[in-house]
Amino acid sequence: MAPKSKRRTGYSRRAQYSDFFGYIAGFAGVLLGLAVLLGSLSNHAGFAWARSAASDIAVPIGRLVAGTRAGASNVGSTLAGYFVWGSENAALRREVAAGRVRQVQMAGMADENRRLKALLHLTQTDPKPIATGWLIASTASSTRRYATVSIGRMSGVGVGMPVVSPLGLVGRVVEVGQVSARVLLLTDAESVVPVRRASDGIPAFASGRADGTLQLRLLTLAVNPLHIGDAFVASGSGGLYWPGTPIAVVASLTHDGAIARVLADPGVSEMVAVQPEWNPVADASLAPVDGAASVSGSSASSHSHSGHTSSSHSSSGKHHQ
Amino acid sequence: MIPLVPRKSAGKRSRRFTRAPSPVLAYLTPWATIAIASYIASMPTATSAPLMPPLGFLVLLSWRQLHPGLLPVWAGLPLGFVDDLVSGQPMGSGILTWSIAMIALDVIEFRWPWRNFSIEWAVAAGLIATYIIIAALIAQMAGGGFTLLLILPQLILSALLYPVVARGVARADSFRLTRFWAFG
Repeated sequence: MAPKSKRRTGYSRRAQYSDFFGYIAGFAGVLLGLAVLLGSLSNHAGFAWARSAASDIAVPIGRLVAGTRAGASNVGSTLAGYFVWGSENAALRREVAAGRVRQVQMAGMADENRRLKALLHLTQTDPKPIATGWLIASTASSTRRYATVSIGRMSGVGVGMPVVSPLGLVGRVVEVGQVSARVLLLTDAESVVPVRRASDGIPAFASGRADGTLQLRLLTLAVNPLHIGDAFVASGSGGLYWPGTPIAVVASLTHDGAIARVLADPGVSEMVAVQPEWNPVADASLAPVDGAASVSGSSASSHSHSGHTSSSHSSSGKHHQ
Repeated sequence: MIPLVPRKSAGKRSRRFTRAPSPVLAYLTPWATIAIASYIASMPTATSAPLMPPLGFLVLLSWRQLHPGLLPVWAGLPLGFVDDLVSGQPMGSGILTWSIAMIALDVIEFRWPWRNFSIEWAVAAGLIATYIIIAALIAQMAGGGFTLLLILPQLILSALLYPVVARGVARADSFRLTRFWAFG
């Protein structure tokens, strides 16, 4: 049966008018949407208050879902554990034995490291997390990669602060509500992080590709020295991200760099910590850099223009290691 | 307005006839389910790639196709705004695209009044694909990444999920018309 068309309103003046104004409102919605879109494209933070309020409201539900999610994934691994416990047990025993030996070696190296750092008058800077919270939501249907954490202004979270999970860097805070905050994930195409290879400190930039991987671009133009499996950590260039924070592992090579897999996949990190911004100027043990403008770690958009000073900073980052 | 007096001594059969749906529920359910679906799309997992179908948009299409005229033509404006708040798209993207989708559905309905579910599915799939591609292009203008390979899985998943969503909306519709209030 053909549905009755809403357009045939009959002789009722009231129905005719309400239909007519409905269409006018519909087209007004198109125009308003276009206007708001153009406004927000030129000013990203335009509706931050509305977004923060909306995510604040959803925090209790989000925490509930996040908790259930963590529990559900545990159920899966518990069930799987029954089938592989024998071989896993043997493998773990071997690993523990090897690990004990490594532990002794590491203790020796840590001690040596401490003495060498004392010789160089370097102070150990360990960021103390400002607050810890749940990763309660992410923009799973958009090509923009944002996540929401369940801590906000009331816990001391501010715009620009790095967000880490036990596995590595997750992203940085871009909008703050009262009890929630919006995080720009590493994999968003807008996110650029100065990194260095963990083994020898080759500097590079890691920018998001929006599909869970990062594009690593080397600063030096030479034969591509990267290999699959190389680990990259934040270099701390330009401030913001703490040097040494694990970022990614190279998955495949390109002609001028590599594609890397993010270590702290937001899908498996439920609990995250918000760190204070790293500010190289505040660290007295580091050499002063030329021009105060080059270290704008407090600015949320510092990553975009940190390229000018990356060479000088990455050298200082190497000293820091 | 229907008098909200509960009837005490009525048999099960007579109760069915003397009860009417709640007007609040009858009008609020479509709006509420669409807004909740927008929220739910961001909840289940923190993915590192866009994979989740745009649930709010799917539920909007389902309501519109199940009940032409239940949602006004301008419904895309407020509902798109709610979706913009949680979707991560630049503000205004949802208002614009959802408003256009409502007008497009109106035109399609007027042009081809004879439909069955497979045609509605095809119409919805076309609109969903257009919506996802336009939303990705808008996100790219705001600094997001865009390749066809990136949104292809989401596109296919959304089109396949539409009948399931339509089924869920039909359930919500029967809930919408639950007879609560007795009269007479």
